[in-house]
Amino acid sequence: MTTLTPSPSSVSEEQHHAHADHRLFGLATFLVADGMTFAGFFAAYLTFRAVNPLPTGSTYELELLLPTINTLLLLVSSFTFHRAGSALKRDNSPLARRWLLVTAALGFAFLAGQMKEYFALPFGLTDNLFASTFYAITGFHGLHVTLGGLMILIVWWQCRSGGRVSSQNLFPLEAAELYWHFVDGIWVALYGILYLL
Amino acid sequence: MTISLTPQTQEPISLQPQGWLRYLSFSTDHKVIGLQYLICGFVFYLIGGALAGAIRTELLTPISDFLPRETYNEVLTLHGTVMIFLWIVPVVNGGFGNYLIPFYVGARDMAFPRLNAVAFWLIPPAGLLLISSYFFASAAQAGWTAYPPLSITTPATGQIIWILSVLLLGGSSIFGGINFIATILKLRRPGLKLMQLPMYCWAMLGTSILVVLSTPVLAGTLVLLSFDIIAHTGFFNPSLGGNAVVYQHLFWFYSHPAVYIMVLPAFGLVSEILPVHSRKPLFGYTTMVYSILGIVFLGLIVWAHHMFTSGTPPWMRLFFTIATSFIAVPTGIKFFNWLATLWGGRIALNTAMLFSCGFIVNFVFGGITGVALAQVPFDIHVHDTYFVVGHFHYIVYGGTVFVIFASIYHWYPKVTGRLLNEPLGKLHFLLTFVGFNLCFAPQHWLGLNGMPRRVAEYDPQFTLVNQLSSVGALLMALSTLPFLVNVVLSAFRGELAGDNPWRALTPEWLTSSPPPVENWKGEAPLVKEPYGYGQHSEEVALAGTTGSELWRLGNPDQRP
Repeated sequence: MTTLTPSPSSVSEEQHHAHADHRLFGLATFLVADGMTFAGFFAAYLTFRAVNPLPTGSTYELELLLPTINTLLLLVSSFTFHRAGSALKRDNSPLARRWLLVTAALGFAFLAGQMKEYFALPFGLTDNLFASTFYAITGFHGLHVTLGGLMILIVWWQCRSGGRVSSQNLFPLEAAELYWHFVDGIWVALYGILYLL
Repeated sequence: MTISLTPQTQEPISLQPQGWLRYLSFSTDHKVIGLQYLICGFVFYLIGGALAGAIRTELLTPISDFLPRETYNEVLTLHGTVMIFLWIVPVVNGGFGNYLIPFYVGARDMAFPRLNAVAFWLIPPAGLLLISSYFFASAAQAGWTAYPPLSITTPATGQIIWILSVLLLGGSSIFGGINFIATILKLRRPGLKLMQLPMYCWAMLGTSILVVLSTPVLAGTLVLLSFDIIAHTGFFNPSLGGNAVVYQHLFWFYSHPAVYIMVLPAFGLVSEILPVHSRKPLFGYTTMVYSILGIVFLGLIVWAHHMFTSGTPPWMRLFFTIATSFIAVPTGIKFFNWLATLWGGRIALNTAMLFSCGFIVNFVFGGITGVALAQVPFDIHVHDTYFVVGHFHYIVYGGTVFVIFASIYHWYPKVTGRLLNEPLGKLHFLLTFVGFNLCFAPQHWLGLNGMPRRVAEYDPQFTLVNQLSSVGALLMALSTLPFLVNVVLSAFRGELAGDNPWRALTPEWLTSSPPPVENWKGEAPLVKEPYGYGQHSEEVALAGTTGSELWRLGNPDQRP
């Protein structure tokens, strides 16, 4: 901003423009809070599992193949998002947009896989305690993936030439990336607790 | 539209209303938002107080005559929810926090002003939603704890509205918490160190950490509860194979820290008021800071002491009893530090100080019954009785609400530039203090003798003591009148205060009263010693000084 003339209010101007770091910090704090919601769900699930035995004949083995592929999809998408960020920092917006599209595609592929799993499962939301908890936790996570996917598409749109996201204004991309890594990390914990344990 | 302003006087064109209309607008000024919280909270305090009045009127007689039983349940649920989520939490965090924290860290606003406004504007609709449920459906009847299976079997509409409203308020609280953490840690004026911050900053930092860590767990739990109510899942419904105790664990994982969310900011505020009016440095600053952090940590691992009668296993009882008793240590440190701050000071016994001292007295009594309640055998005897009601009102009313009033008397001149009327203030204090103790002290006796809480009817042998308690409640209701008159009249006719009537050293007083929009005309002052009143500790050679000599330092007459 070279057009700014020095004025008595320049001190506060500086303060008003120095918010980028704080915004990421604020988002990180929010993600801690969001993570606590999942922690509460996991704690509830583990307690149910420990003290509330399911009625006989209502225990199921979850299929592992599809969720494992899904886990890989999300892990790869974290990587591709990182590539998008590096490309944008090097001012290569077209490449960044391509990586963003790949990331969004992986995210929506994850959601499609999740839907496929839901339809194939032999139990419904209200069948028993395990079923309810399973759908609540995976559904809550799926909601996060959906929001994340939409965010990526928005950032993808904003990265077009002349859009507001560029190497000068990385915050929207960085925020979406931080959120996406968070959603990814939660899934890894979820996969371990719900499928593997 | 023609704009003919010169670049020097160019101001951002704003559609924000000016004058008093700012307080009804989506303002992003932290001082406006602070007052919005305060006034909105006070309106809900009056509503919650009216509900309390209905409860105490019903309890004048052993039979259910003033209110039908269902209505009594609705009233007690609304009373608890309104007082906790719409009065104490928003006012003591959002109200004073927004007004004071940017001053204390030397900033011109909070870290995220728009998020701040969003956080406030979630509150009025949530409150209206909650209260309106009484009129268009039936309000929730399961108490502010909403324990299943009670909350699953009582009328669903009211309970769902209650959940929605608490979710909105929880969101507001989390947004506020994020803002305070970012402001205190990231927006400090260059050169200002953490250990030089006024104590209220530390209290708000600790509180906000609790808010961010525990509120989301309540939100998730309430979502599951709403599934149980709407979709007939069985998370917490034993008849569908669920586990009601898990709800209690998750609920208290929030709601025990919620007690500290309500009382830690009060600790901070009273630590600001005492040094100013006794003209002495805050005693034991460092231990105060570590006590707050200790309370934050311990506050997160004591929740199951609310559940000693819920079939908790012995090891769990042992752990939670010990952890809870430990909280008495940091709290005791703070208590003795406040006494030591007063010790030998030149105390100005004005209304702010009276309420602060009233806080210390009430709070230590509530703290003692709290330690008693942490002991399993005693807790099982008085669980769900009026003893518990008496205990937590000593903490939240005798503790926090007394501090809210003290703070209003202390900071009113900051906000308006005028002093509150002292005789009216003293009348307010007298009525509140006598009424409060008359209302809640007898409830300990009632509880010890077995009167259950949350029931509209009771054994006739308790009639007289209940009537005493109701008289106390009436005094508390009356005490609001001189306060309201005082606050309204003093805004126009109060004695002019000048910029710094208390000769205080904390940064909010080092500007005009009321302050300009961006807090200081010039640069923010760098206050490294917010409590530098009276003698300085650096005069003392600490190496060769004994503890009793340090203690006497507070009293000039006994100085060696």
